[in-house]
Formats: sequence, C-alpha cells, structure tokens
Amino acid sequence: MQSLTYQRATSIGEAVSLLQNGGDTARVLAGGTDLIVQARERKRDVSLLVDVKHIPELIGVSYSPDTGLVIGAATPLYQVYGNKDVKEHYPSIVEASSVIGGTAIQGRASLGGNLCNSSPAGDSLTAMMAINAIAHIAGPQGERDVPVEDFFTGPGRNVLEAGEFVVNIHIAPHQSGTGGAWQRFIPRNEMDIAVVNCGTYLALENGSVTNARVALGAVAATPIMVPAISEILIGQALNDEIIDMAADAASEAATPIEDMRGSVKQRKHLAGVLTKRTLAIAAERAQS
Amino acid sequence: MVATEKNKNTYKVIGTRPVRPDGTDKVTGRAAYAADTQMTNLLHAQVLRSPHAHAVIKSIDASKALALPGVKAVITAADLPDTDSDSTQKLLDNVIASNKALYHGHAVAAVAAIDVHIAEDALDLIEVEYEILTPVTDVREAMLSDAPILHPDLRTSLQATNVDTATDIETNIALHLRQERGDVENAFENSDVIIEREFETSWFHQGYIEPHSATAFWSHDGQITIWNSSQGPFVQRDSIARLLNLTAQDITVIPQEIGGGFGGKISVYLEPIAAVLSKVTAQPVRLTMTREAVFQATGPTSATYNRIKLGAMHDGTIIAAQAYLAFAAGAFPGSPINPGVSCAFGPYYFENQLIDGFDVVTNSPKSAAYRAPGAPASEYAVESTINELAERLEMDPMELRIKNATSEGKPNSAGAPFPRIGAKEVMDAVKNHPHYNSELQGDDVGRGVALGFWHNAGLESGSSATINSDGSVSLSVGSVDIGGTRASLAMQLAETLALTYEQIKPHVADTDSVPFTHVTGGSRTTFAGGWVAYELGVELREKMRQRAADIWDIDIEEVEYTDDAIIKVNSDEEKAFTFSELAKKMATTGGQISATVSINKTSQGPAYAGHIVDIEVDKDTGKVTILRYTAIQDVGTAIHPSYVEGQIHGGVAQGLGMALTEEYYYDDDGHLVNSSFLDYRMPTALDLPMIDTELVEVPNPGHPYGVRGVGEVPIVPPMPAIQQAITDATGLHIYQMPVSPRVLLEELLESENLSSNGHGTGEGRF
Amino acid sequence: MAKIVLNTIINGENREFLADERDSLLEALRERLGLMGAKEGCNNGNCGACAVIMDGRLVNSCCVMAAEIEGAELNTIEGLADADSLHPLQEAFLENAALQCGICTPGFLMASKALLDENPDPSEEEIRWWLAGNLCRCTGYDKIIRAVQDSAQRINSSS
Repeated sequence: MQSLTYQRATSIGEAVSLLQNGGDTARVLAGGTDLIVQARERKRDVSLLVDVKHIPELIGVSYSPDTGLVIGAATPLYQVYGNKDVKEHYPSIVEASSVIGGTAIQGRASLGGNLCNSSPAGDSLTAMMAINAIAHIAGPQGERDVPVEDFFTGPGRNVLEAGEFVVNIHIAPHQSGTGGAWQRFIPRNEMDIAVVNCGTYLALENGSVTNARVALGAVAATPIMVPAISEILIGQALNDEIIDMAADAASEAATPIEDMRGSVKQRKHLAGVLTKRTLAIAAERAQS
Repeated sequence: MVATEKNKNTYKVIGTRPVRPDGTDKVTGRAAYAADTQMTNLLHAQVLRSPHAHAVIKSIDASKALALPGVKAVITAADLPDTDSDSTQKLLDNVIASNKALYHGHAVAAVAAIDVHIAEDALDLIEVEYEILTPVTDVREAMLSDAPILHPDLRTSLQATNVDTATDIETNIALHLRQERGDVENAFENSDVIIEREFETSWFHQGYIEPHSATAFWSHDGQITIWNSSQGPFVQRDSIARLLNLTAQDITVIPQEIGGGFGGKISVYLEPIAAVLSKVTAQPVRLTMTREAVFQATGPTSATYNRIKLGAMHDGTIIAAQAYLAFAAGAFPGSPINPGVSCAFGPYYFENQLIDGFDVVTNSPKSAAYRAPGAPASEYAVESTINELAERLEMDPMELRIKNATSEGKPNSAGAPFPRIGAKEVMDAVKNHPHYNSELQGDDVGRGVALGFWHNAGLESGSSATINSDGSVSLSVGSVDIGGTRASLAMQLAETLALTYEQIKPHVADTDSVPFTHVTGGSRTTFAGGWVAYELGVELREKMRQRAADIWDIDIEEVEYTDDAIIKVNSDEEKAFTFSELAKKMATTGGQISATVSINKTSQGPAYAGHIVDIEVDKDTGKVTILRYTAIQDVGTAIHPSYVEGQIHGGVAQGLGMALTEEYYYDDDGHLVNSSFLDYRMPTALDLPMIDTELVEVPNPGHPYGVRGVGEVPIVPPMPAIQQAITDATGLHIYQMPVSPRVLLEELLESENLSSNGHGTGEGRF
Repeated sequence: MAKIVLNTIINGENREFLADERDSLLEALRERLGLMGAKEGCNNGNCGACAVIMDGRLVNSCCVMAAEIEGAELNTIEGLADADSLHPLQEAFLENAALQCGICTPGFLMASKALLDENPDPSEEEIRWWLAGNLCRCTGYDKIIRAVQDSAQRINSSS
C-alpha cells in the first residue's frame, strides 16, 4: 500500500473541504473495493482517503411515488438490491447491483463508487444510464446534477471537478407501462468483469413504444447510450423483426477493443444478443 | 502381505470416514500456515520483478532503497553463491535473474525491511537498467530457426535415435525424446481409416489459494531454519543447500500447513532469497508472494502443441498411433514432456506406435509440476482424436476404447509390462453407467466421454512411530498433509496394529526428525506413506510380542498378536495383555517401544479414470453450462473414501477450468496481463454442479493395502470429455483448450456464416 | 509511518490497538492483533479467503482499510466456536470432509455463517450464489455445499 492518510467526513461540507485541501491525489472512499486495490497496487496515486460513509446523505435508499428513488452514493449494494421499493419498481437496478463481485464485495461496494471508478465495463452504470438516473454532485461551487449518461469522459475519467463527489443517485418515479432490464455476459457465472453489459428501458402505450433507452458497457472507452435504437423503436410496435433491427444497431454502435476479456467480434455480437434479450424482458415488464 | 479382492472387506479402519486429526485447527483458524509465521525481530521482504519478458539487466542501483529508513538489506543475484554447474546456475537464475530477465515477473532484486509497507516502498526506489529483447512465448514460434534465443549456450539433447534434429546449433529446443514400438509407417499403410488432428493447450496455473511464503533464519552458528509452504521439505532442503553451496546438515526445513500445491510447491523460489536476506541482516526474514507474482513467476503447466495420427481397421482395432508433442518449458528447460509422452496412449495397447516429444524454452515462467504433469495435454489430444475416430467409424466411443484397452502384462509406452491394472474395469463401468446410458434431453445439449491414465509414483518415504504408555501411538511422518495425509496414514497404521483410528496421533515432522521423504505429490503419499505405516505396524507388533515374551520369559514364537490387538499365548489363558496393558508396562520392562522405517518402492499401481459429462451450449453467447458430471476411477483401495472423492472432485474442477475458462493471456510484448484471480478464471461454486463419483476398487497388488494413487488422474479426462460434448451439442470440432466462450462463439459465428450463405439471415448474426 | 489508535469490538471483546494508517483490515488483524485466521489469497477481493463479518455484514478484509473499523464490530473465524463446542458449521465441515488444504476454510465458514444468519434454509443454488466469491481449489465445492446444507439442517432441527 502506498503511503496515505485516512480521514472520516461526517458532513458534505467537511468532505468537500477535505477533498479540496487534499488536492489531486485525495480520493473519496466509499466501499473501497476498487479504490483500495488500486491504491495498494499503485495503479492510482492516492495520498488521502476521505471516508464518506459516515455522511448521512450518502447512505440509504428512499422512494416516493411523487419524487422517485434516491440512493445514497455510498450505500452498499446489498442494501440497494435488498430494498423493497427497488425490488418492486427497479428490477434492472437489482439485476445489475446483485452481480457485482461476490457477497463480500456487495457488503461494501456502492453505486457511487461504481460511478466514480468510471470503468467502461462497470456493471451498474448501464443500468443507471438506461433508466436515466441523475447523479447529484456536491463540491466547492455548491451542488449540481449530471445525468449518468453524461457522467463519463474516458476510461476511469468523469466530469467530477476537484473537490467534487457524488452525494446520491436519483431515478424518476416508476410509471406503469414502463420496464427496465439489465444483463451482462461473463465467462464464469460470477466474479468476472463484463465482456459486455447492457441496460434497457422501455415505455409502451397501447402496444407502441413511446420511449426506449439502451446503454452498452465494455464496448467503448466509456459506457455508451445507443440513440439509434431509440430511433428504431420509438413509435413502433415491438416484434421480432424490430427487435432484431435494434440488436443490429447495438452491434453497429459497439466499437470495442480486443483484450483479455473479449474480442471485437465477440463483443459486437454480444452487444446485439444482450440488447435483444433485455429488450424482450423490459417489454414484458412494461406490459405487466 | 498382498492385498487381494478377497480380504478388502475385512478391514476395520480402512474404508471408514473419520474426522481428520488436523481438522479442528483448520476450522477454527488456528492452523499455522507459512505466512502466519511470527517470531522475535522478524523482518519483511519483498521482491522486485522484471517488467519485461526478455531483457538484459545492464545495471541495478539500490542506493536509494538502502537509504530509506527501515530498509535493512537489498540483494541481487550477485549476493547468491557462484557455481560451476550449468544446471545449478539455471536454478539460481530462476530464483533471481543474474544477467537476463527471461519472463515478465522474473525476480531481479529483493528487499528486507522492518515493515512490509516500507519493503514495498523500497522496491520503487531500486533503479534497474534493461536492454529490452524480443520475447517469444509461443511454443511453435520458439521452435523456429529464427526465433529469439533465450539461452545462447543451449543445445538440443537427444533421447531418440534415427532422428535428424540438429544438436550443434543455437536453439530453444532443450530436448527431443522418442518412444517407439513396432513399425508405424507400415501400419498406417495397412490401415483402413487414418485420422490426424492437431491440438493446442494454454498455460494453466495450479491456482492454489495460498501464495508461496517462506521465513528464513540464518543463525550466527551457520544453521539455517526455514518455515515454509512446501510439498517436499526434504527435496527443498537439498535444493536450497545446492543453491547456497551448503549441505543438508546446514539446513532444517520446518514445513507449515500448506494451502494447496498441486505440484507447484516443489520448486524453490523464495527460500534462498529469504535465507540470504537473513544472513545479511542476522534477523529472521519472512517473504510472501503477491498473487500477481504467483501467476507471473511460479510454475504453470506447459502450454502445448500436439499432433496425433491414428490408423484403424474397420472393426475399430487401432493398429498405428503416432504423436508429436511440443511442450513449452518456460524460461528454463524442464517441461513435463516425459510423462506427457509416457501417458499419451496410456489406456490403450497399440501394436505400432511412435511418440516424439520436445521440451522448448519460452519467455514464460518456468513450468512446474501440476497434477499429473503433462498427461492432461497429451491425453486430451489422444482422447479427442479417438472420439473423432469413433465418429468416423460410427462406433460407440466406449466400444472403440474397450476394443483397444491395455491390460496386465501388455507393455507400457516404454516397453515394461503393466501390473494388474483397472483399465478394462473402468471402461466397463463407464459403458454400463446409468449416466452413459441415459437419454440426453433438451436443445443444444451434448455429451462427452473420455479416459485418463496416470502412472503414479513410488519413491522414498520415512516415518517413526512410538507407543505411548496409555496405549496410543505417536506417528511422525515426513509427508506434509495437503488434504488428509495425517488421516490416511494413521488409518493404515491403525489397521495394521488392529487399533482404533483415535489411538494414532499423527504429526508432520521436520527434516531433522524422520527419514528422507519425497514430495507430497505424484499421487504417492497414501501409497508410499501408507506402506511405511504398514511396515511400522508390523515392526511394532513384533516388538510388542517380543516384550510380552520377555515378560513371560518364553519364546516369541509362542506369542500371538491377534486381530483385536491382544498379545497372548494361545495355550495359556493367563498370558494375555491388551495393547494398552502391555503399553503401560513398557517403562519398567525395558523402555518405550518405537520404530523407524524408510522405504523406496516402485510398485505403485497405475490409475485409470473415465468421465462422462453433459453440457448445454448457449449458441448466442458461446457459454457452456455443465449439467451433469460423473467421474469413475480405479482407486485401488479407498483408505478414506471421503478424501478419495474429494481428490476426484478437485481434479475434475481443475480439469473443467482448463477446458472452459482458464488460460494465460500474453500481450504482444510477452506481458502476462491476467495475473489475478479476477482474470485467471478458476471455477467458482456457481460454475460447477455436484460431481458424482464411482469408486472402482481394483487393489494394487504392489501394496499391502492395495493402494493406488488417486489424486492426479481425475484432472486428465475433463478436457477431452468437454471437447466431445461441445461437438455433440454444436457439431463443431474445436482443437484448442480452453474452449472459452470467446473461442466457441467465434467458431459458432464462423460456422453460421458458412452454413447460412445465401440464406440472408443478415450480417453474421444468428 | 503514521500510526493510528483504533477501538473496535472483535468477537465480542473491546480491543484498542495501534495500526499503520495504510494497513488494510486484513493486515491489522494479522500483523497488529495476531489474529491469523483470516488468510491472504489474492489481496484484491477475488478469493474470499480473508472474509470477516463487519457490523453484521460479510466483507473481504483485504478491501477494508484498518482505519475504517474505528467503532465497528467484527466477527472473525477465531470467534466462531464458543468455549465448549464448535459451531455447527465447523462440525459439518469436519464431518463432510469439506476441506482439503484448509486455507480457504476460514473464509468459507464466515461466508456460510453470514448466509445462514440471513437465510437459514438456503437451496443449493442459493448457497452456490452466496459462496461464489470464495474460491476453493481443492474440493470442487461439492462437499462444501453439502456441509452447508448439513449445517443448516442441524441448526434448524435444534432450534
């Protein structure tokens, strides 16, 4: 482990000032399942860890049919997928958050951490993007909101400025006639980084698509939205042919690299397969 | 005493399933493993490793590291002894590179500090200047005449006649060996059907969960003590002595509990480094590898390229068999090409066969033993070719195998006759198994079957036993307990002495306490250690009879040791002691009774396994799900059936990892990029089904209790069984391992493209 | 090397101890407290050999900073058995031969305890899911899964 200090913040203001004073190498510590490992393996320079898990706003899940779902950024995943409102209304969030690492990782890892780690393959990211989650950010200049789909700027990079951190993640209230789904492909059945992951969200009215959002992970430098699929689906009735077109658009939109986790050909193909599969599930959920 | 099928039902202890003696310590966290070693004034060491796969080390400057407060010593290859022996130098070079780094992660320097964090900081301060060379990691590329050369002084050594391999040029081929029987060329000409296929396997790591760890103390009196994680304390003691230019009397190895080895904890990596650091600092030094270093710098088994050619008659008789096996050794010669060759055709008798094997150095970690070393790769190739031959002949694959099965008296590949073996029994058991005869249901499902052969090992073992005054027996063994050794040896001693299992107190001894004992490996420990336990029991029985005879003042011939451990005179009911009664009298009748036995046996019994697997393939993703797995094996005699089953389960799990998800991934510069448990994908609990086992017991006539080794052969059949199941499910023949989802998906897409030409299913999808 | 004083409850006992600020929880347990039961297998959260229970939740102690446990409650393998008997999981692991080398066993036991605390009657599938973050290289998991099932039965039939 590189030389570093640890500070526990108990308020948003305290965290902001600790981060600001800590400079470039001050990092927010939530679950630490990525950050502690990166610091130990000296893959990221870290001089200060600001533990934000004792800030009340960053822990917990709340839901209201009027304002929607708010997930504290440092809430451990098991509390996210174990929450009854999340289970009832946001199955794609459950699907993504319950497969990140093993049980012991899920006792610590968080959606905020997943966001800030900004891996192109981060599992919860495409679930959040598809459902149009908003990251609520605090910093020296005050607070601001950034849609998750606009959050990432490159592998491991994002829009956060010095001293800023994610306070919570907001998702709009569940509407009937809508459904989300999320899947990934991994070589084993657990404990792998996604070869490709895919989040989808559909709104249907009288059998016709009124909103469609598909996000793909591990197919580009950041997780990506596939607007072409929205264009194909909106205004159409879902059938096999149109879902195949959406899947083709997903393969088309994928511009992956070849690495130890997957080949270009494999990833482009899986982008289509997962799009097709998650759209089918999202449609079923929207109709139920 | 020779085990027969008749007497195996009369055992009282053998065949039962007692709790292991070391169990409670291992479920309470008390068991002491190497990394748990604590002692006064302990220093912590770390190793600096080469970031390059092939580079000349121009200079190393450790001055900044040495200046860091808390750093006590930095050493390089220059601090290890000189040697005139080329083979010793190569071993030393693998411990720390002297002039060339030969693989990514090759050790180049080591630090000892008062704290592990400081030792890590110091690594960053050591300045090494490299001249980067082109690496070669692929075995066939390494064999090319224009390949980068790892060792300019290396020449091919020949264990073959009538071959045209050059022996006077720079090369990466360290060895060409050949085994031959009959006239294959002529036999191929006479064959009705000839099939020839080529196969590749990746590097596979043993993947033990415990990283290597060693603590060393080099005392002012010159004595070195090592506490480490070792499969062979005696072998390692001798190896450390050789590397440090000392003798065995200078070194004591005290093996700690071992957290898995599978062959990978026989070579010496850390011990000489820790010892030299200890000498420089006069303090004990503990050195534990990181997981990354375990993958980068300790032995995986060889990546291989294998070509198999079989010639058969229409009735299924295989009359000609040829194998070309090229094994990557890693940075130094010594792949398991020998057992790869000798096991290739192990389950069969072919009248004419020719096997060529090549040991080839590459810019990869030096390969080490891994469960049935060499056999999984060569038998995968042969078994897969046999399955394809069965398809071609439209024969049941087990029928084809039974037709060509070897048996007692037939020669093995080296020409020596097989003793009583269970090859045929295993094949029959597979063919008659309900799994094999069940109907496979569902879409995209497939079944595979394959055999495995492993010759097992004998070698030296030694132990001591002492009868205590309460009637218990202390048993000190030289074999480390890697998965039930204490239990299996104690059971064999209890059986011999007609005592209960609980009366035996086994203990793993250090290298100064019992006779030389070879590694816990080679499926030899229960065989050889058990034989020692048997001989100890026989000797103790004799000594107990003699003691009773002395007490009664009669001839020993009049004294009997019964099956209930009563020492008595048949003709005189007054003259009878229970074992405990006599034990109580030992002190006043001549002192405690003990025995020490050491042996070197070569009568190990070869092992055969047959596996059946059902899978389901997701054709959209290339993912394989195992639906059902049955492993049948001739285990000789199952001493502790639970641990025999456990060995089979573990071998199957590792074999399935090789077949589906495990591999070393090198980038173009020879960097190993997946050196973590995240990306070296060993099966998790979610990736495997329950594994059904059927133990066939054909006792080994070369062992008092009929023991054959059981640990290794179950890793052999999974690769070819999976290969065939994939063929059955998809119609595709895939000739590389692992068949990762990527490989299978790309093959599926390829075949879709071919078969869907003109059908317009669009853009290569579906 | 900055040292920090930490206060925590470990296996029911208040402990105050000195750690290095850059120690992981695993390092603090092993090197500062002498609790060697949690094992280092990978040091990056991928094997579960270091698993302990922190404030009632299973965590990999290699992925927790020691400084984070100030005020927390920990349960480690050393506290699983009580003074006069082993925990039913420990007994079941022994009787089902659910360990070979034993290095992963403390992690599996703590993970299994966390599972049974939350789900006293898990299915085979649920056990496999829960334990997927714990690697075992010796057993193929078969006997481990059976031991957890056996233990659940023992606990349920005695309560």
